[in-house]
Amino acid sequence: MRKMLAAVSRVLSGASQKPASRVLVASRNFANDATFEIKKCDLHRLEEGPPVTTVLTREDGLKYYRMMQTVRRMELKADQLYKQKIIRGFCHLCDGQEACCVGLEAGINPTDHLITAYRAHGFTFTRGLSVREILAELTELVCSAHVYVLPFPGRKGGCAKGKGGSMHMYAKNFYGGNGIVGAQVPLGAGIALACKYNGKDEVCLTLYGDGAANQGQIFEAYNMAALWKLPCIFICENNRYGMGTSVERAAASTDYYKRGDFIPGLRVDGMDILCVREATRFAAAYCRSGKGPILMELQTYRYHGHSMSDPGVSYRTREEIQEVRSKSDPIMLLKDRMVNSNLASVEELKEIDVEVRKEIEDAAQFATADPEPPLEELGYHIYSSDPPFEVRGANQWIKFKSVS
Amino acid sequence: MAAVSGLVRRPLREVSGLLKRRFHWTAPAALQVTVRDAINQGMDEELERDEKVFLLGEEVAQYDGAYKVSRGLWKKYGDKRIIDTPISEMGFAGIAVGAAMAGLRPICEFMTFNFSMQAIDQVINSAAKTYYMSGGLQPVPIVFRGPNGASAGVAAQHSQCFAAWYGHCPGLKVVSPWNSEDAKGLIKSAIRDNNPVVVLENELMYGVPFEFPPEAQSKDFLIPIGKAKIERQGTHITVVSHSRPVGHCLEAAAVLSKEGVECEVINMRTIRPMDMETIEASVMKTNHLVTVEGGWPQFGVGAEICARIMEGPAFNFLDAPAVRVTGADVPMPYAKILEDNSIPQVKDIIFAIKKTLNI
Repeated sequence: MRKMLAAVSRVLSGASQKPASRVLVASRNFANDATFEIKKCDLHRLEEGPPVTTVLTREDGLKYYRMMQTVRRMELKADQLYKQKIIRGFCHLCDGQEACCVGLEAGINPTDHLITAYRAHGFTFTRGLSVREILAELTELVCSAHVYVLPFPGRKGGCAKGKGGSMHMYAKNFYGGNGIVGAQVPLGAGIALACKYNGKDEVCLTLYGDGAANQGQIFEAYNMAALWKLPCIFICENNRYGMGTSVERAAASTDYYKRGDFIPGLRVDGMDILCVREATRFAAAYCRSGKGPILMELQTYRYHGHSMSDPGVSYRTREEIQEVRSKSDPIMLLKDRMVNSNLASVEELKEIDVEVRKEIEDAAQFATADPEPPLEELGYHIYSSDPPFEVRGANQWIKFKSVS
Repeated sequence: MAAVSGLVRRPLREVSGLLKRRFHWTAPAALQVTVRDAINQGMDEELERDEKVFLLGEEVAQYDGAYKVSRGLWKKYGDKRIIDTPISEMGFAGIAVGAAMAGLRPICEFMTFNFSMQAIDQVINSAAKTYYMSGGLQPVPIVFRGPNGASAGVAAQHSQCFAAWYGHCPGLKVVSPWNSEDAKGLIKSAIRDNNPVVVLENELMYGVPFEFPPEAQSKDFLIPIGKAKIERQGTHITVVSHSRPVGHCLEAAAVLSKEGVECEVINMRTIRPMDMETIEASVMKTNHLVTVEGGWPQFGVGAEICARIMEGPAFNFLDAPAVRVTGADVPMPYAKILEDNSIPQVKDIIFAIKKTLNI
């Protein structure tokens, strides 16, 4: 099965190779940038909100398009690999929510911090890991280099060395990937505390879903963040369903942007990447000015079910999913904007689609071909900075060496 | 001076403790330091040494600590380093773990470990497991400390021992100091350790003074985590314990010595990683083993020691089955006679030793 997959992808990638000179030929007169109107955000305890117009440069537009398309295709590939049983366990996909991860990243600096829950593949990518590293981790494979200490060496594997899987991927200034619903929110407030403690003008984006929004520890985090004026942007990624429970059935108040009470909030169109970007810039500026935390609710949608074991149609209709796809798809919205204002051509964007597909295929091939972690490493990384010691296996005679 | 105004605010039992302490400060020769002051000193020295270290918890700052363990630290280091939290264990434990992930070195105090149960998910899932789950990318250099186990008359919800619960988890280190030297050396090692360390203190030991050896007075005095100490050499039986019961074991040993029975008393100091080598070497010498702990018997520290003894070389040296002395298998009662009989007393230890030795 794996060999067939590899062979098929080789054929497909061969068919789409293009000579480098084609890029020069295609450069007709595009606009350098264009101004777009974006939806006004609903505000809570704020006099003013983000601007209602924004300028998008051609360069940024192409970058965002490529990033969103990469996340989209990576998630669809993960779906495929899961159905082939090459990915195991939990797999929570974020296709449909690309404007959130790409838009948030566009509004902050790489030196800022981000933490989220388990629907994390998109953020893992936007925070700097390659598709190859992500898919290798999902397919349990090995990496012998620390991702952000050494440069990516070329043919090595998953960022957490196959120890974490889908829910536990980490990168520089990206703290996962967290499996316990809501636990990441106090963690994020703690990272924000460190930002303030170090005095470096950095902020922490702390994400959670509409389901997690009802966790008590989130309100504890709100209280302390506001009390201590931590530079924490609380972000509720509201995709309308917490697993199989719609927001109306879970929350007495579905105005998630107001749930921070004494914390100012804004409700953002999470399907429009420019809206997300402007709101993030606004929120980050607010935090950096020392005013304390702020809350953003991103209204978004996931096409897949909660996880790969959920078809996603028992608690919502196919018509609803189809309607979002046809009217609010984030990639389509950006594409239409760019084409209609002459920032890019349809062909150019199609080219990007093809390149992205190839990149994903290559990554999947690599991920499926790369070896599993060696059994000897089962006991590694129990403790940091310690001399090696022995870890007990399934019985007293089985011992594994533990190296830090 | 601050101590004078402090006297006005503090309850009566604290005052007498304070007066006792001042007497000891003026005494010559051997330096006597209470467990409370030893922990205070250890934290003070580490706060001074590394500006990434900070303390947070309920009442740790302006109240000087619910049990006065952090007395004087807020005055010295201020709001940035000594942080009073609201009553939000899950929230502030998570905040502390997040700060550790981002490179700071927090000391997170639980007023007692009973309240850590509210936050136990952050201790286990966010702190203990993260270095492993991240394949070695994300260390969590955090200390969780506070009083553990039985106190006096505080009943069931405030008396649980968590040594077995935390000791169960890979990725955590768990230490349990007995005397002042232990307290200072272990808290300093815990703070300097790049891993999550749970420090199980004991409220009844806080006010107890011990002689402080010269090396313990150094600012770099560390006790290695994972190493037990033989408090008393002996030949007839090995008695292994941790925390306050170590003192009871020594008392029992003194009584038995008069009857010609010499007990080797081992102070575990660390619950995880457990120093089995020291215990095994001792059992191979004495051929008898009694474990003593304050926690409940089922799935406890003593149960683990017995299981490991059976698996190792020391089993063949046992002349009798290993025996456990533990807290009674009940939620801690309130009435004094009931409470006294719910924790291991010296007479219970003596009885168990004699039974094991068949005398």
